Amino acid sequence: MDLSAINPILLLASLMVAATPILLAATGELIAEKAGVLNLGVEGMMIFGAICGFATAVETGSPWLGFLAASVGGAVLSLLFVILTQLALANQVASGLALTLFGLGLSALLGQGYVGVKPPPTPDLHIPGLSQIPFVGEILFTHDVVLYFSIVLVALVWLFLRSTRAGLILRAVGENHDAAHALGYKVVLIRSLAIVFGGACAGLGGAYISLVRVPQWTEGMTAGVGWIALALVVFASWRPWRVLIGAYLFGGITVLQLNLQAAGVAIPVEYLAMSPYIITIVVLVLLSRDKARAPAALGRIFHASS
Amino acid sequence: MNRRSLLTSAIVAFGLAAGGAAAQDKTKVGFIYVGPVGDGGWTYEHNVGRLAIEEEFGDAVETTYVESVAEGPDAERVLTQMALGGADLIFTTSFGFMDPTINVAKKFPDVKFEHATGYKRADNVSTYSARFYEGRAVQGTIAGEMTESNIVGYIGSYPIPEVIRGINAAFLAARAVNPDVEFKIVWAYTWFDPAKEADAAKVLIEQGADVILQHTDSTAPQAAAQAAGNVITFGQASDMSEYAPRPRVSSIIDNWAPYYIERTKAVMDGTWESSDVWHGINEGMVGIGEISDAVPAEVKEKALALKDSIAAGETHPFTGPINKQDGSVWLEDGETADDGTLLGMNFYVEGIEGSIPN
Repeated sequence: MDLSAINPILLLASLMVAATPILLAATGELIAEKAGVLNLGVEGMMIFGAICGFATAVETGSPWLGFLAASVGGAVLSLLFVILTQLALANQVASGLALTLFGLGLSALLGQGYVGVKPPPTPDLHIPGLSQIPFVGEILFTHDVVLYFSIVLVALVWLFLRSTRAGLILRAVGENHDAAHALGYKVVLIRSLAIVFGGACAGLGGAYISLVRVPQWTEGMTAGVGWIALALVVFASWRPWRVLIGAYLFGGITVLQLNLQAAGVAIPVEYLAMSPYIITIVVLVLLSRDKARAPAALGRIFHASS
Repeated sequence: MNRRSLLTSAIVAFGLAAGGAAAQDKTKVGFIYVGPVGDGGWTYEHNVGRLAIEEEFGDAVETTYVESVAEGPDAERVLTQMALGGADLIFTTSFGFMDPTINVAKKFPDVKFEHATGYKRADNVSTYSARFYEGRAVQGTIAGEMTESNIVGYIGSYPIPEVIRGINAAFLAARAVNPDVEFKIVWAYTWFDPAKEADAAKVLIEQGADVILQHTDSTAPQAAAQAAGNVITFGQASDMSEYAPRPRVSSIIDNWAPYYIERTKAVMDGTWESSDVWHGINEGMVGIGEISDAVPAEVKEKALALKDSIAAGETHPFTGPINKQDGSVWLEDGETADDGTLLGMNFYVEGIEGSIPN
């Protein structure tokens, strides 16, 4: 065993990178679920965002246009879900699964010309002054903009849900759509916007994998991250900061266990390999011992005349 | 009439009807893959083999495939569906498809099955694999010569004999040319998960490795090594030449096409028999991708000499004296490993740190 081989600065830095795609996708899904919509298509929107972002970044040479295209791509794909569940009143679970399958297939088709291509690098943001602080500065202030944006987004979503009138309306729609409708709020419109926001976030998360974390395009490269994001929203009991804790725990332990393996720590590898799942679940379950519960209208179909 | 016999007679009736419609003229060949065909590695090469069958026999065959099939019960479902769909020959191309293949083969005695990298056979189930460890020895030679930090990182998938064999072969070859070299091994517990594979590569690089060997299917570790800079890698299963000349300095290429064509021919001629094939560099099932200019000429020469010597049968990558990790004697001086031990290999050789997960 040689723990000194693990560099804590690099460990913490790669932890944040590993957590960001999950965090982005989960934050988007949180808003959708708070509005009462269960969208199981996160994986499909992520992978679609991954290829949209990758292709655009390669073609234009700009990672920023890539990230923009990724969120637009995710949002466009989520419009399909809007049409199915909000206009055609289809079952949300089935529509979400269909969206995942569709996204995986469509991205594989679009990505055929991009296998083995190298994307333009996403520059790190060296915040003047702050990044020169020893240790802390290197860990916290030398990442790319999207990583910081994901944290800011969590804060904004938290503020939005907690202290704004629009956030209150969104929650009302998610708790009791009939009452919200009776008060004159446009349930379908609000839910549609929430779904599109979720799609944009998932697309951004996908592009973070294909442009920063790996960086390359491979078919099926999200490999289940979308499903982890979905589970995370539930275990975080629909609270933004808990989603952040969960994502960093999961990403962090995933990277940490690989580090421990490489350093030859005498813990059986099977336990290390399952530790991210177990520890994340245990911590979030302990955190949510209070009266946390799902939005009351989650997954239910709203029809104005019923 | 119970439900099963009803089902059987329905299938027979369907078969007769289909036979009458002359649909039986074509030989149907099915494939199930563990990853997507676009993985750029393992599954990609199996799909190249499938396309070679179509190329060879044209209209006389019809091939189908299902990709990204999970190892386990899901595989059994897909295989059953394929067999019911009239497949004559089915290739199952991942170690974890072993038990599903055997189970489904029992239910369809007239369908021929070919399982890659496994060890369970039946009258209608053959197994086939390639001696990847021969290629690993060539990689190990280059790795041992090229490393400056003397730390070689190895990304394992699952702790099965095939992967352990590859680690041992690479390690022995690396130690033979560089007595100070050490291996750091990380188990990803997946065949295909680009993000995780990239993480594993990054972790190994952060801990000092300047050579990365991978036994997972995607090109993600190559991308991670490229981003890190001064690190070399090897293509796995496929040439991965898009990452040449650096980081990818050479590769192991799985060449399944000749075998797939031969077995399809056997089914067409009615001469198919259950068999067990384990071919290496000599038969062409294991190819060594071009060694790039990033490798010094004398190292390249050494690696190619080893390759030729293995192909000619003069060198066996596991030639004694070799001790097991615990120090006990495995092979005496000059003794070579028998296939039985290699196929069930569940131990590290002396000098590798760490233990194999159960």
